[in-house]
Amino acid sequence: MRRRLVLGSPLQLLLLGCSFALAAYAGVRLLADDWFGVALWLVGAALLHDLFLLPLYAAADRAAVRGLGAAGRREWVMYARVPAALSGLLLLVWFPLISGMVAHRYRSATGLSPDGFLARWLLITGVLFGVSALLLVLRLRRARRR
Amino acid sequence: MGRGPFSGCVRAYGRGMRDDPRLPTSPGFWRSPLRSPRFTSVLGLVLLVGITVLFVTGLVSYAAYNPGLSPVNDKTPDKGFLGFYLFAWPTDPPWLYRLNQGVHVTLGITLIPVLLAKLWSVVPKLFALPPARSLAHALERISLVLLVGGGLFEFVTGVLNVQLDYVFPGSFYPLHFYGAWVFFAAFVAHAVLKTPAAVRNLRRLRKGDGEDEGDTELVSPRPDPPTVSRRGALWFVGGGSLLLFATTVGQNVDGPLRRTALLAPHGGAEPGSGPNGFQINKTAAYAGIDAAERSADAWRLVVTGRTGTVRLSRAELARLPLHSSALPIACVEGWSTSDQWWRGVRLRDLAALVGHDGDPPDVFVESLQRHGAFRRAALRANQVADPRSLLALYVNGEDLSPDHGHPARVIVPAAPGVLNTKWVARLTFGDL
Repeated sequence: MRRRLVLGSPLQLLLLGCSFALAAYAGVRLLADDWFGVALWLVGAALLHDLFLLPLYAAADRAAVRGLGAAGRREWVMYARVPAALSGLLLLVWFPLISGMVAHRYRSATGLSPDGFLARWLLITGVLFGVSALLLVLRLRRARRR
Repeated sequence: MGRGPFSGCVRAYGRGMRDDPRLPTSPGFWRSPLRSPRFTSVLGLVLLVGITVLFVTGLVSYAAYNPGLSPVNDKTPDKGFLGFYLFAWPTDPPWLYRLNQGVHVTLGITLIPVLLAKLWSVVPKLFALPPARSLAHALERISLVLLVGGGLFEFVTGVLNVQLDYVFPGSFYPLHFYGAWVFFAAFVAHAVLKTPAAVRNLRRLRKGDGEDEGDTELVSPRPDPPTVSRRGALWFVGGGSLLLFATTVGQNVDGPLRRTALLAPHGGAEPGSGPNGFQINKTAAYAGIDAAERSADAWRLVVTGRTGTVRLSRAELARLPLHSSALPIACVEGWSTSDQWWRGVRLRDLAALVGHDGDPPDVFVESLQRHGAFRRAALRANQVADPRSLLALYVNGEDLSPDHGHPARVIVPAAPGVLNTKWVARLTFGDL
């Protein structure tokens, strides 16, 4: 087969051209101060998500499914997946506060106590797993009665 | 779209990379039975609406700073035509900024699970071979770097900023503002290319039949048996959003409801009790305010205008006609207080004191603060003229506390919190 450059849809090319023009206009301003740091954050955010965070939770999930599958309890997986994911989500979003890494600045800026976040996250996590376990027990009891 | 431009390369990847299910470049590597154009379409359409609202409220928030008025209000002076839409920020309705910023931050946090699920649903395409089928396809994939990188950059900087975790490379304002435009440029292109098929997929979903349109490569060729239905997975994502929403939104009201914001920075207990007990953005200690400078002996408000300069002690200010306004404090970080009862001297009365009778001009406000991005701020004439705009001395029936700006602070309806300057030292009236 002869190699040649295929352009694709001209409308799509035009659209992407406009998009890149606007992105470049804003991008030079975004990169004006610390171009390396900002580029690192922008590309790093995508790479960290796609090549670390996503494979990490996908592998954890697959391990849980396999583990429960090996024990013949594959249908239980949602009872672990839901509380674990919700708890992990809260940790991901509020990590600076939960971990206490901004505790000093937080206290001195806002006058609020930085101490409750970890305890509250643990409490929410406990409640999520507790409710999930309760639902599983109820389901098992209902199944046994049948 | 044309196919086969790099057919030589395709052959080179050959049976190896595309067919070896141990490699993510092979469709068989991806085993989830959930991935499908329909699943992605639902999440995509939620993000289409949600991110559009985030972008618009973000632009509105930027306009609320009146960046065109004075360089001190503008943290992005090189914005060029990106500020094309700027307008004089109104003072009505007085809850405008509170609502706008509450929506911007709360919605942004609420959308995080949807964003993560959307990225999960399309991740096989990141590794799809051949890298490009045409020039347009190659450019589209490059654009996706801006879309995904830019989107995550916006969410990450926003989430870090509201937690005072200033680890990002530069000042939040230019990063989040210019980053938003880079992201939005890619977002619009992506939306134009994908929305028609997404809408058709959703219609078919409603009818409950028909073949999916679009990226059938998302469908795993050898799916694992399902552990949850697609509907169940969408409820799962929605549940994550609901949990984040429910534990965040409370930081926009005073009273017991604030305690429902279990992990949000301004949820939980109020910082104090009594009339001055409401939420604080920056304490006096954090802003470096020296108690001696605030004392009755030392502090004089310097008011300058057309007819010269007037110096007023706090006692003299308190003998001027005092007025009350019920106004909230609303922070760019997405938390706010309910209305507080402020009492003080109208800004327009202070303007009249220095020769601006009847036609108050703009005002340049300076604080005792030694550092901080907004220790100086400019207010526009319409904000000065509003009868509810005060240089407040009291709040909720008591003297202002040091943390709320004693000896005197500005309070203007609908203005972002940082423009309600605390520990005011100097007011300079005149057109800016």
